[in-house]
Amino acid sequence: MKAKRNHNKLYSFWFIVPSLVIFCVFFLFPILSSLYYSMTVWDFNTATFCGLDNYKMFFSENSLSSSIVHTLIYAFLTSALKVVIAFFIAVFLCSGIRAKGFIRSAVFFPNLVSTMAVGLTFSALMHPTKGLFNIVLQAIGFSPVNFLGDMNLALYSVIATDVWKGLSVSVVIYIAGVQSIDRTYYEAASIDGANGWQKLKNITLPLIAPSQNSIIILSLIGGLRSFDLIWAMTGGGPGFATDVMASVIYKEYAYGFYGLSTAGNVIMLVLISCIAFPLQHFLMKREEAIQ
Amino acid sequence: MKKHRKLLLIGEIVGVALTVIIFIIPFYFMFVNSLKSQQEANLLTIAWPTELHLENYLEVFSYSNYQLLTAFKNSLLLTVFTVIGLIVTGAMAGYVIQRRSDRVMKIVSSIIMLGLMIPAAILPTINLLQKLHIYRTMFGMVMVEIALQTPFTIMLFRGYMASIPTELEEAARIDGCSPFQVFLQIINPLLKPIRATVIILTAVTTFNDFTNPLYFLPGAENTTVQLTLYNYKGQFASSYNLLFANIILITIPMLILFILFNKKIVAGMVAGSVKG
Repeated sequence: MKAKRNHNKLYSFWFIVPSLVIFCVFFLFPILSSLYYSMTVWDFNTATFCGLDNYKMFFSENSLSSSIVHTLIYAFLTSALKVVIAFFIAVFLCSGIRAKGFIRSAVFFPNLVSTMAVGLTFSALMHPTKGLFNIVLQAIGFSPVNFLGDMNLALYSVIATDVWKGLSVSVVIYIAGVQSIDRTYYEAASIDGANGWQKLKNITLPLIAPSQNSIIILSLIGGLRSFDLIWAMTGGGPGFATDVMASVIYKEYAYGFYGLSTAGNVIMLVLISCIAFPLQHFLMKREEAIQ
Repeated sequence: MKKHRKLLLIGEIVGVALTVIIFIIPFYFMFVNSLKSQQEANLLTIAWPTELHLENYLEVFSYSNYQLLTAFKNSLLLTVFTVIGLIVTGAMAGYVIQRRSDRVMKIVSSIIMLGLMIPAAILPTINLLQKLHIYRTMFGMVMVEIALQTPFTIMLFRGYMASIPTELEEAARIDGCSPFQVFLQIINPLLKPIRATVIILTAVTTFNDFTNPLYFLPGAENTTVQLTLYNYKGQFASSYNLLFANIILITIPMLILFILFNKKIVAGMVAGSVKG
């Protein structure tokens, strides 16, 4: 008992007070108060309680509720593409090639470039008439595509750009995972006559499950929260075709519907919690089952 | 065996070629277009400029009363204050959270880690900043940035603390050091590697942040480099040369950082993700 008291004296609670205060005041408190403000008509000075009207509005207005679907498409597709493509890049980079450093650096650098810069550059590359992508498409005999102006395509064009920019984090996490695998497994498998594909499927894939889980969680949460790339490339348009939850929150704020915007914020919070926490639980279970 | 070599070489050539096409060309595209005349840049090709227009860069700088210079100053201040705030508060918090295992600390720790997942409530934060009279101020913005990045920072410090043995602290305690002295003189110097990682990662995040300054730091005199870029999008719609010159200018700091700290950045990203 005495030892414990000494212990706690050495590691005084005061050390975490600065972090805790800043975190609670500027992050936690606004979240808690958002539950109330989301049920009001609000202009920062006066908040008039209106029950669940904002939520009803959000779900009944198609331009708003469709943003939930877009957010889900965006998050799951970017996450899935990153998980799959990054895996093959990482395995390729770990296969003993000499250009590893160059390729890894080239894949990694976009991650450090601001989203705004990447978004504007890719908007130019995807220009409907003179963009480089369309020039290449025409050169190999396809008709030009309006990447960001086509209602059915715009969301996927932004998704492709997101994958281009965000792939790197997944690649480096995978590489760390692959490198931590004991080489003797592969040697044993070779002696037993396993081919490259079998080794990949039966050794590499199960043993990098922890890395893979981190990538899934990180990229999915990132995708559900994403705003700036969409805002830079399409501004939510054409129409509402690429509006995600975060862009709707911004738009309603700009229009002056603060209560409605905050309701969107709460819905986004609930959506992320309902996906992220069970998923993390499930992935942890799966990881334990493998090992 | 020889066949295998050959296959590897072909794979390598294809890999390098694809990397250049997919990952290098967009940057080359930004760079050449930033050096062209307005008419030539508006064609959006990747051809080398017929004549170099280095003055594009000067023009971007002097545009609208040297707004970009103000923006660089603001972004720099925001980044420096945020990073300092994070490494001071985050290191202390990560230290104690890792060392103590009582229930209160577990609860505190899991509350802070919620911040890794759930998104911030934006308008109530603006409202709070207004009530505290720190809306549209650098101080308010720094506080929000610190609050948002605290969970990640604490996670990195806590993860690293686990590798430092406790015997050192106990010995120092017996020698009569106060808890604060133990932290400052024994632990703090040992945190140097992880501190470097935290500095780089949080600096990149803050410098590149667009969304939070958009909400919490509006106004021309408060503008940051990402916001000026966004505003130029409208104003320079017909002069891609200036737009790309601006993009290159705000990308160069990141390029320098990347060349200097490549290994640290990659290691930090891995540490930050796998332990979470």
